[in-house]
This record gives sequence, structure tokens and C-alpha cells, in this order.
Amino acid sequence: MENTLQIGAYSFGDTQLGPDDSPRSTAEAIKNLFDAIVHADRVGLDYFGVGEHHTVSMPASSPGALIAAAAAATTQITLGSAASIISTDDPVRVFQQFATADAISGGGRIEITAGRGSSVETFPLFGHDLNDYDELYAQKLDLLLTLNNSSTEHVTWSGRTRSPIGDLAVVPRPVTGSLPIWIATGGSAPSSARAGRLGLPLSYGIIGGQPHRFAPLANLYRQSAAQAGHTGENIKVSVATLGLVAPTKQEAIDRMYPGWVRLNVEMGRLRGWPAPERRDFLAQVDAPSAYFVGDPDEVAQRIVDLHGHLGHMRHFLQGDFGGLPQEHLLESLSLLATEVKPRVERLLAAK
Amino acid sequence: MSNHHDTSIGILGAGRVGTALARQALKAGYRVRIATSQPAADNALLVDIVTPGAVAVESSVAAASDLVVLAIPLHKYRTLNTHALAGRIVIDAMNYWAPVDGVFDDFESDPRTTSEVVEDFLPGARVVKSLNHIGYHELEEDDKAAGMPTRRALALAGDDAAAKAFVTNFIDRLGYDAVDAGPLAAGRAFQPATEIFTGSHTANQLRALIEKARPLADAA
Repeated sequence: MENTLQIGAYSFGDTQLGPDDSPRSTAEAIKNLFDAIVHADRVGLDYFGVGEHHTVSMPASSPGALIAAAAAATTQITLGSAASIISTDDPVRVFQQFATADAISGGGRIEITAGRGSSVETFPLFGHDLNDYDELYAQKLDLLLTLNNSSTEHVTWSGRTRSPIGDLAVVPRPVTGSLPIWIATGGSAPSSARAGRLGLPLSYGIIGGQPHRFAPLANLYRQSAAQAGHTGENIKVSVATLGLVAPTKQEAIDRMYPGWVRLNVEMGRLRGWPAPERRDFLAQVDAPSAYFVGDPDEVAQRIVDLHGHLGHMRHFLQGDFGGLPQEHLLESLSLLATEVKPRVERLLAAK
Repeated sequence: MSNHHDTSIGILGAGRVGTALARQALKAGYRVRIATSQPAADNALLVDIVTPGAVAVESSVAAASDLVVLAIPLHKYRTLNTHALAGRIVIDAMNYWAPVDGVFDDFESDPRTTSEVVEDFLPGARVVKSLNHIGYHELEEDDKAAGMPTRRALALAGDDAAAKAFVTNFIDRLGYDAVDAGPLAAGRAFQPATEIFTGSHTANQLRALIEKARPLADAA
């Protein structure tokens, strides 16, 4: 298990709302996200993850483009997709875009996280058939890994879902030879075992329930990796949760709640959920529940407590949804970097 | 079912629902077997770590259990082994949830409940629809001892009275009151997007909601 913990954030973009609660422009949301990443770099956050969502309220559809822009405007922060929905994208293009961002960044701080996505909007958007879901994902991941692991510019690959690639140049190559490629999962046991067998780092998106209950899954992941002969620094776990940091817990709750309501009303309309109630939100804001919302002391303590269960090396939060005012996002990023991160380091060192 | 410690529960699917159910059934003292579309050996580590006490088996072995629970993604129901499930008591815990899993013609173009479609595909299986309207987190958190006034209730629907009696006992041992909604078609009352599906109810509340939904089910 890791003894250090990177602290970060992720976002799917968050379209701001006008006075009558109607959405402002999606272009503004992308610019806000870019500004937030630059801010996160300036204040010293370790990691920022981007997209991929394709909705008016969450418009970060193109992580590669945004990360390439951010790579040019930042100096130290690690940037990655969170996640790239590779089932419905072209792995060659995904790889090229992130290798391009890597070149612009100077090398070594660009990552790809491959995921299946939590909804299926990309299938009709990109003209894919949902019945091919599992096959598409497995094949595209295999191609992406083949491209990344290649020792030369020229790649050969064949599979069942597209025409073969015969000794074709796929450029640019990453500065340090390859990019970190993570697997994103919401936490099913088979996907944890699969990531372990593949020897890939694993990112858990934990948006409900009790995060410490993922401990057996992380254990399964590590043991599956060991059984398949994978050891070393590629076997690691990161955790993405919802959360927001403010000077006081009450402020953090009051800032996060309106967006949470809007998000759940929107999701509920799509999925047939009932109207969200404040008590449903409040039931999730204290340990050991899922929302890391609070002042720096509490959020740091909760991250370290979870680390005792999962041994993760990175914890990153999403607080910008449902029209969170940009200044609240920026303050949360500042507090994460300047207040939460040093507390996490102290607490881990004292263990 | 004189001694439920001798009763075997076969769970098809090792995702979030299947593993949560397995742990809850183990806690209740059942013998639990888990199978997926992969060979049993490939699931051994998973079962040891995530559902300790259960056994990874081939799907034909899981299907030969006293009670079989279907906990695979619904759109894969055609991969079920119809021969092995013939004559078995089968809980259909699956749901059709197009926003997450996508749109599938089998369910869009068929006016029946998804469990009736599944039963049609499994000749001879004694299908009971249940365990589909409780979240996998909640299944392990909301259980209570029998007789407690706030005990949560779970609905079941099916056309085989003996199978329903067996499932009623199973649900009770998992820590929930079982409420019989009627024939399999009555499972419409607790499919996704219904008040029962999205809420948490005691037996009395659940009975009232089932009554309220009955005209709807009869009209379908």
C-alpha cells in the first residue's frame, strides 16, 4: 500500500445557471473548467480529471482537447481523463490526443483513464449498437494498450470490431515511452478482478453507499494482479468521490446542496427517481457515508480514514455539478491544495 | 425446508447485486454458490475475497440449487441455461433500466413485465419476481429481525404458490417481510420508476401500494 496520497479534483463540466435557473452557455462551462484546472495547478493540487459527459448540464465531452489546452497552461499538475468512454471512441484517436497533450506538457503528467461510462448516451451519439457493449469495450481497451505498449511508432494490431492495423505509424509517441492507463469502475467485483489480471491501475468512482465497503474489492484487485504475476508501481488504486471543501462544514453543505438537488431532479426525470429530499442529502454528508463535504479538518481526516481501508494513492473530489458558483469551486480547490493536502500528509505520517 | 442450513442458494451473476445477495444469504446461514459466464476457477479468488463462505461453481451447478437467483444484467437473459433451470425455483432480481443499460427491443416491443418475458424464455422454471426493488447497498444495511415494527418489506410476484412460499421464507431469513403481490404479471407494481421501486416501505405500506397499483396491473 502507498504511504502518500495525492489530492485532486475531477469535473464533467458544470453549466452555470441564470437567475431563472435556466442554463447559461456550455461554452462558458468549458472555459470555467479550464480556468479551474489552471487555478488548481497554481495552488498546488496534485491531479485534475476531466469528463467525459455529453449533457447540457455537464458538457465536458472532449477530455483530450481540454487536457491539451490545460497542458499548455499548467506546470506541475497531473492531468487525466475521468474517464474516456472508449467503448464509443476510437482508441487510436484517444491515444494520439493524449500523447499530443503529453508532448505539450513536457512529458510525464498526462494520463488516460478508460471507462465504460455510467450512462449510454454516447452509443446513439457516435452511432454504436448497445448490444456490442462488452465486446466493444474489451476490444478497444486491447487496442489502446497495444498502442501504448508499443516500443516503436509502428503498430500492428488485429481484432474483431474493426479492420486490422498493419505496421502503421501512430504518432506522437509519449515523451517517456508510454502513458499511465487506468481502468475506471463503479466497483463491481468482476471489473476489479479484470483490472488486476490486466495489471492496470484501478480508479474507483464511489458516489453512494459507504466507501470503506470497497476494501474487499481493492483487495481482490491486488490479489488478482499478484496471481497474474503483476507487481510494482502500476498496481495502485485511486478513488473519486463527490465532495466540496469550504471554510466550515455548514458552508460546504449549503454550497453543495442546491446543485445536488438539481442533479438529482435531472437524473430522476431520466431514471424515474422520486424528488430528492434534503434528508437524503444530509444522510450522506458524515462519515462513513459517501460525500466528502466539510471543512479541511474533517475532509482530511475522512480521506486518511478511507486510506486505512483502501490504501489508495490518490483521492479526488467532484463538487461542481448542478450549477455550483465558480468561486465556490475555486475556493474548494484552494482549500484542498493548501489546507487538506498538508493535513493528510501529517495524519499519514503520524500513523 | 426443515433446516435452512442445508438449503442451497445458487446465484447467477457476481456483480454488485449478486455479491451483496450472496453475503446476505451467507449471513442468514444458507449454503451459497456463485456462477458467472466464466469458468468457476476464474471466479474462485473473487468469491473467496468478496463473498467469503460462498463457493464458485459452474453455472449448471448453481442452477441445480434449491433456489436460484438471477442477478445478471437483464439484457443478457438469453445467455441463461434454459435446460438447467427447468423445474427450479428461480428469483428474477433483474430490471429493465434503459437509461443505464440501453434500449432493448425484447422489452420495448413486449407489453408484458420483464419477468414474464424471462419466464417465457425459461420453460418449466418456477419464476418469482423479487429482490429487484431494493438497492444493493440497502440489502445489507436495512435488514431487521422479524417482528420489528419498522422492518422493511419486499414484494414478490409469481404464478407458482409453492415457489412463492419458498421465496417468502428466504426473504424473511434475509431480514425482510415478504409481501405477495399476486401473479407474476402483478410484478408490474414494483418495476423501475414505480413508487415501490424508488422507496422503502413496511409490509403495511407495501400492501397499500400494491392495492393502489392493482387496477393498473389488471388493465395491462
